[in-house]
Amino acid sequence: MKTASADRTLVQIALYAAVIAVLGLMPKFDLPFAGGVPITAQSMGIMLAGVMLGAWRGAAAVGLFLLAVAMGAPLLAGGRGGFGVFFTPSAGFLLGYPVAAFAAGLAMQGLRRRAVLPAALAAAVLGGIVVLYPLGILGMSALGSLAPLAAAKACLVFLPGDAVKAVLVALIAQTVARGLPDALLSRA
Amino acid sequence: MISLYLARRTWAHRLPAWLKLGVLAGLSLVVTPLDSLPAMAALVAGALALYAALGREALRQMVLLRAMAPLLALLFAFHWWSGDPRLGLVAVLRLAGMILIANAVTMTTRMDEMMEVVEPLLRPLALIGVSPRAVALAVAMMIRFVPLLFALWEALNESWRARCGRRGGWRLLAPFCIQTLRLSNHVAEALSARGGVSRASRR
Repeated sequence: MKTASADRTLVQIALYAAVIAVLGLMPKFDLPFAGGVPITAQSMGIMLAGVMLGAWRGAAAVGLFLLAVAMGAPLLAGGRGGFGVFFTPSAGFLLGYPVAAFAAGLAMQGLRRRAVLPAALAAAVLGGIVVLYPLGILGMSALGSLAPLAAAKACLVFLPGDAVKAVLVALIAQTVARGLPDALLSRA
Repeated sequence: MISLYLARRTWAHRLPAWLKLGVLAGLSLVVTPLDSLPAMAALVAGALALYAALGREALRQMVLLRAMAPLLALLFAFHWWSGDPRLGLVAVLRLAGMILIANAVTMTTRMDEMMEVVEPLLRPLALIGVSPRAVALAVAMMIRFVPLLFALWEALNESWRARCGRRGGWRLLAPFCIQTLRLSNHVAEALSARGGVSRASRR
């Protein structure tokens, strides 16, 4: 059964990479509050990959997504892609994505004895905000020639949206844990 | 939007895949930081000329932009609303142009040719126990999954609308996840039935 599970892992990694891509291409969700900020659902895909797949597989899914983007697939939010994106002010976030997914996955695996909903929420917040933001802010201040504090302030506008996304991720994780428990590879 | 290989061979089919991918990568490198309206107009014009040069079947594939139209309109509306319609136009043109050109590469390049280009770049990964063949397979599957997921979401949206008369929005997320995961299990079974990743990596 070793190969069967290897196949399943590979397919799931490809699937979550595709989910990240699809979330980036979607028109933004209608969030009644947090209006006025360009919220892409893409970072929700990052949290999802980590929470659902676990640390290594989650990071692999995000890495696969970034590989496809680097190859020129216009899959980043706003239809951007190609090597150019790694030189924009948001490059810190992009390169931080695999780290964020890894952290979320690690947290999810560490909290495997807890209920799914709070564990997934904590993992998503840890990966998608606590770990990702410093990396993104670092990149933004380096590439956008901003003072780190100014960059941090600029990133604050994303905070409400990312909080909502973390809640959605937790709800999804719980739904999947109920509907298809096998599919929550971070707990398998 | 991605799986539309043109069966009828054109001059672009004969170009080596590495060249097409290289040009695409180079072009995206140039275009992404650019905010000039004439340059974006030229990009779209170039894309249209490319499709015209590829023939009538290629032009017919431009309906794929219709699927992207709501997104493009939304993007433009957002920029207008935030006070910079010019930037919105630039973003929309860049998006349309790059999607068309990236799609032209996909239309004229078989997936196995594409993989052959990527594989040597991934060879260093073998040092940490990741087979380049598996990575190439994963890239191919991911690219195939994207339009499939869109179709799945649309189907769910349709059925929600049929029952409630409104768009489903975030309420579709849970059924969408379950369905996609079920889909991925089928794909994994199919892959195992055909010998699986390990066989692919030996080839």
